[in-house]
Parts: sequence; structure tokens; C-alpha cells
Amino acid sequence: MSPLRRRAEPYLWLLFGGGGVVSAMTLPALVLILGVLVPLGVLAEPDLTALLSNVLVRLALVALVLLALFHAAHRIRFTTEELLGLARWDRLIALTCYGLALAGTAVTVWILF
Amino acid sequence: MILRVSRYRPGVDAEPVFQEYEVPDRADWAILDALNHVKDAVDGTLSFRWSCRMGICGSCGMNVNGEPKLTCGTFLTDYTGPVTVEPLRGFPVIRDLVVDIDPFLANLSKVSPWLIREGEEPDSEYAQTPEQLEAYKQYSMCINCMLCYSACPVYVLDPDFLGPAAIALAQRYNLDSRDMGDRFDVLSAEEGVWGCTFVGECTSACPKHVDPAEAIQRYKLTAALRSVLPFTRRRP
Amino acid sequence: MTYSPPRDRLWFLRRRAYLVFVLRELTSLFVAWSVVYLILLLDAAAGGALPAFWAWAAGPWVLAVNVLALGATVFHSVTFLNLAPKATVIRLDGWRVPGFMISGGNYSAWLAVSVLILWVLS
Repeated sequence: MSPLRRRAEPYLWLLFGGGGVVSAMTLPALVLILGVLVPLGVLAEPDLTALLSNVLVRLALVALVLLALFHAAHRIRFTTEELLGLARWDRLIALTCYGLALAGTAVTVWILF
Repeated sequence: MILRVSRYRPGVDAEPVFQEYEVPDRADWAILDALNHVKDAVDGTLSFRWSCRMGICGSCGMNVNGEPKLTCGTFLTDYTGPVTVEPLRGFPVIRDLVVDIDPFLANLSKVSPWLIREGEEPDSEYAQTPEQLEAYKQYSMCINCMLCYSACPVYVLDPDFLGPAAIALAQRYNLDSRDMGDRFDVLSAEEGVWGCTFVGECTSACPKHVDPAEAIQRYKLTAALRSVLPFTRRRP
Repeated sequence: MTYSPPRDRLWFLRRRAYLVFVLRELTSLFVAWSVVYLILLLDAAAGGALPAFWAWAAGPWVLAVNVLALGATVFHSVTFLNLAPKATVIRLDGWRVPGFMISGGNYSAWLAVSVLILWVLS
């Protein structure tokens, strides 16, 4: 057990938990509308340009991306280790998962701001 | 009724083999009664642990048809076909159905499972209100039968994990108003609560209705808040 | 001379509860996909490429993945909101708020947020 890991784990868990709640509240509606109903033509295309001109919407989207990606990264890290028996590579897997989550957030900030 | 029993004779068998025994299909027999019938009347070499026959000593835990059970509280009438009896998963097998419980005892002692006090001894007993008792009572029902460890895939895959019963027992003392100890360093370790991915099977397996999964998630929140918020390193 | 069984590679198939657990954890792959899809949409909106994006999104494969993602995210919501009360034990004046009331509050919030999203996007 490294002291670094012990310091990081509580923060990672809070991000995972917060991301789990945010994903649970928002993603089913977002996927249903933007991923299924709009492409099928059931709902009209939303006016994204107008929505994204609001800085609060952009901030909320960055928060959503950050939290949901950290939630997914945390679960993917533990699930790969448990399913494939890769616990001894934990450091590498953790860095990859959380690194990708940070990268996705950075890309979103770059797109929106 | 056929009992398929896992046999392992150290020095003779390289790995466990199954042996089948025909036992009377009696409605009032628990699996443990059937095993005792085999030992008394059929094959005296069969080894297994048991003591109280009433679900309080926690000795007779085994895997029955793949599920961790107290064999004294699991009845032949609960099953139709052959019943497979194996040692609890996650522990080294010493012989037949007897497993090595030393790793479990070591984990229990890591969490200092006793009332920790500072200062002088009081003149009388520590008074406690019913609400203060209720705060931890559920977790004090544990009989150390290890069914929760056998049900936990995290523990079976990685025996370094502190495990459900030990963490629930730590919470039993953490939530006790008389306790002044601090188990943060043991519990908030990688092998402590953070090893748990909340499968929840420890709670389903518990014969005494303790909820170790809840104990672990609650302590995750406690440990996370204590790590993040300043001035909370030590409980007042 | 004790016997320790080798690692069981198929442990998650041994019990139904383990399989449900693994499926619950694997919803995270679709959570990640949903966010990536959202980022692609935002990128298209910022770059003025929305018509191309919607045409791509209406393709059978993307649509199929999104229908799967919808199922997975709903499964995630239900399991996560059901389990959340375990970590949050709320006591009011010594009375423990039962888990179903916390879950009920979570579900109400989920409904409210979903309606808000629908209202914003239409």
C-alpha cells in the first residue's frame, strides 16, 4: 500500500459517487432525446447554438462530462481488474482510466470555451 | 438423497475430489445432520467443523450447491436433487470441509475489535440510551461464520482485502458511544473499505441479518469526508 | 499442507447475483460512450457541422449503440439510486430515515431533472 494511493482513493471515490448520481439523473434523458428520438425524427433538432451561448449551460456540460467520465473510469478500472485478474497492474490501469477522463474533460473545455 | 461431498486428504489427494453418500431423506434433517449421519454410520474419516447446531457458534459454514450456508440451518427439504457440499470458498482447505480460518482471525484483529477508552477508569458502568444502542446493535450480531467472505468475489480474488465481517465489526465499535478509538488508518487503506466494489452478496449471505455492505459504504462516506474536510482527522 | 484452488476465471458466471453485479459495472462503458457522443455533438455544434452529425447519428449502427446505451444508462440509474441510501444513513433526532424514502427522493429528483432536460431541449 503506497501512501500516495491512500491519499488519492477517497477523492476518486467521491468523484465516482458524484458522477454516478449525475449520470443517473441526466444520461437516460439525454441519450433518449439526443441519441434516439432526434436522430429518428420524432423530436425536432434542438437549437444548440442558442443553448450553448449561455455560459451556465456550458459550465454545466463541463461538470457533467468531468463527473460522468470519472464515474466510468473508476468502474472500468475495477471491473477490468476483477474480470481479467489484472490487479497487479492497478497503477497503470488507474492512470490510463483517469487520464482518459481528464483528457475528455479537457477536450470539452477546449470545444466550449 | 445423495450428498456429493468434497474430500481432500492432505498428502494423499493432489486436489479435492467428490465422494457421494446416500443419506436418508428425512424432513427434519439439516445438511449438518446428514453429514453427521455419514460420519457416524458410513465413513468415519469425513472431517468437518460444527458445534452448537443452532446457528449461533458460526462453525458449520460450508458451500452448499455453490452458496455459502450454515449447514445447521439449511435443510434437506430445501433441495430436490443431489446436494453438493464443499468447503467455504476463499480459504485454504486443511482437510475435506475444514478450512484454515487464520487469515480471517488476522483480519478481525487488525480492526481492534474492542472498546478503546482514554483517561481514567470510571467508577460505574458506562450508561447508554436505547438510541445509542440501536446505532450499532445490528453490527454486533455477527457470529464470525465467514459466510460473507466466501460470498465476496473481491475477497476470494484478493485475500489481502480486509473483508466484510471485519469492517462491519469495526463499525460496530466506531458507532458505539462508549468507544473513543480511531480505526481510520486501517479502514481507509487500499485493502480496507476502498477494496470493496459493492457486490452486496455479503449482506445476502449473512445468516444473522447483519448488513456488512452497508457498513462498508457508510465508512467509505465517513472516510472520504474526513479526508476532504479539514479539522476532521480525529473524532472529538 | 493446505489446498488453495486456482483463480476461477469464470467467477462472474457462478451466481446470478455476480452476473448482475458485472452487468451493473459494465454500464460504465455505455456511460462513457454517452459522454463521448455528447462531446461529438458539442464539437459539431461549435464547428457548424450539425447536419452531418445528425445524418451520422441516424445511421443504423450509431442508432443501435444509442438504444443499447439508453438501456444501460437506465439500468445504471435504477441500480445506483437504489444503492445510494446504503452510504447515506440519515438520522433525524435519532430516527433513521428508511432507505425507501431516500430512494423515493432520488427517483423524484431523477424525474424532475429528466423533465427539465426535455423542456430545455424542445
